[in-house]
Amino acid sequence: MTNTPQEHAPTPKRTPLHDLHVSLGGKMVDFAGWDMPVQYPTGIMAEHAQCRAKAALFDVSHIGQVHLIGDNAAQKLEALCPSAFTTLKDGKARYTFFTNDVGGILDDLIVANAGDFLFVVVNASMRDQDIAHMRANLDGIDVVEITDHALIALQGPAAESILADHCPDVRDMGFMETILAQIDGQAVRISRLGYTGEDGFEISIHQDAADGFARQLLAHPDCEPAGLGARDSLRLEAGLCLYGNDITTDTTPIEAGLIWAIQKRRRTGGGFPGADVIQAQIADGPARHLVGIKPLGRAPARAGVVLQMAGQDVGIITSGGFGPTVGGPVAMGYVTRDHAAIGTKIDLIIRGKAQPAEIVSLPFVQQNYKR
Amino acid sequence: MATTYYSEDHEWIEVDGDIATIGITEHAAVQLGDIVFVELKEEGDEFAKGDDIGVIESVKAASEIYAPVDCEVVEANEELEGNPAMINESPESGAWIYKVKLSDPSQLDDLMDADAYKALIG
Repeated sequence: MTNTPQEHAPTPKRTPLHDLHVSLGGKMVDFAGWDMPVQYPTGIMAEHAQCRAKAALFDVSHIGQVHLIGDNAAQKLEALCPSAFTTLKDGKARYTFFTNDVGGILDDLIVANAGDFLFVVVNASMRDQDIAHMRANLDGIDVVEITDHALIALQGPAAESILADHCPDVRDMGFMETILAQIDGQAVRISRLGYTGEDGFEISIHQDAADGFARQLLAHPDCEPAGLGARDSLRLEAGLCLYGNDITTDTTPIEAGLIWAIQKRRRTGGGFPGADVIQAQIADGPARHLVGIKPLGRAPARAGVVLQMAGQDVGIITSGGFGPTVGGPVAMGYVTRDHAAIGTKIDLIIRGKAQPAEIVSLPFVQQNYKR
Repeated sequence: MATTYYSEDHEWIEVDGDIATIGITEHAAVQLGDIVFVELKEEGDEFAKGDDIGVIESVKAASEIYAPVDCEVVEANEELEGNPAMINESPESGAWIYKVKLSDPSQLDDLMDADAYKALIG
C-alpha cells in the first residue's frame, strides 16, 4: 500500500497559526508552499460534519490579501475582470476572476469595497502571479500585499452566534458584506462569505493577535478546527470551483457556469480581456459546460477521470471525491454541450472500467448563505 | 500457529499453513484517514508479489494495495464493500481484506517481523 500523503516538505512557509495547528495535532502538509493542516485527529469526515452542523475554524492565512489604493481603482480593475466594481457599494464584496485574451481564467478572487480602497483576496497558489498582474496593469494604483495579517475562516450555522460573542455587529451583516470592526481592541476586517456552502465569516486579523483570537473561538463548545481536506470536500459538495482544477486558463467563465459573476453592463459593454470570446459564448452558448456528476456506484471518481457515452469521450472530471454530507461520491467536470442536460446517463472510466453516473445539478448540498 | 509478517508497502500478512490473511497496517490506515471505498479482486484471481491487488479510497485519495507475496485469492472480505470504514476501526484485527493461498511460502522470508516493521515506521 502506497501513496500515503507526504508530510512536511523541506521549507514551507508558516502562518501565524502554525503553532496552534501543531498543538491541536494537525497533520501538516505542504500546500502551495505553505505548511498547512490537512486534517486534525478527528479526521476529515468529522470536520466536514462539524462545519455543516455547527461551526469549523479554518486557517486560510496562506490566501493573498491585497489592498488596491488610488483614484479610480474600481474602474481600473474593471479592465482586468468582467465584473462591475464601480457600482459596488461601500461594504460589499463580489466574486470575480481575472481573464486572459482568449477568455480563459487567470485566477478567481474576491473584491470588496472597503471605502478608501479595494480589499482583494486571491488564491494562495496564485498570489505572486496575481500581484504581479495587478502591478503591471493597474496604472497609478498602489498594489499593497498585506503580509502581517492572518485570515481565519469561521464557517457553519453556528458561526454567527460564536463570532457575535466577540463582535455583536456581525449579526447585522448580510452575505458578501464586509466591515471593519474591533475585537479586544484590535482592528479586524470581517467579511460574511466563505468557501464551504455554509454561512460564515472570514476575519483578517493582525498576526500578533491571530493565535489568541483563534483559541478564543475554539474555546466555544460549537467550534472545532478543520483542515484543508474538509475545506475541499465542503466546497465540492457546495459546487464551488477550485482554481487549477475546475477553472484554469483553458476554461472560460461561461463554460464554468460563472456568468452570474458578470454583471449586465459588463456582458454587453465588454472592456475586459477576452471579452469577444466571452460575449460570443454568452450569445451562442459554450461548446462544453461544467456540470455536477453523481457516480451511481460507490467508487469515488477523481480529477482526470474520463466521461464516455456509447464508448465515445464526452468529457472529463475536474474535481471529485467523497461527499460526507451526501454520503457518497460526488464530482464536477466538463461535458460537451449535447451531453450536459440534467439526468443524462454517462459512463465514468475508473481504472479502466466503465462505471455508471448521471449528470446532476449543482450544488450537491443546499447552500446556506445569509441572504 | 499463525505468524504475522509485514511488507514495506504497509500490508500485514498472517500465515497459517499455506493459507494467509492480508490487510493493511494501522499505520497505513491512520495515514489514509477516513476510508470510504475498497475495490477488491475476486476469488481465483492470481497475483505475483508486488501486483496491484485492490484499491483503497479515502476521502482524500486513492491508494493501491500490493500483493506481499505470490498468491491466489481464495476469499475477499465482502463486508468491506458495505462498511469500508471498518478498516479505520480495526485494521489489524477484524478488517482483513483477503484470504489467499500462498504460491511460494519461501517469499515470506523477504518480509519483516513486527519489530522490524515497527522500526521502519518509527
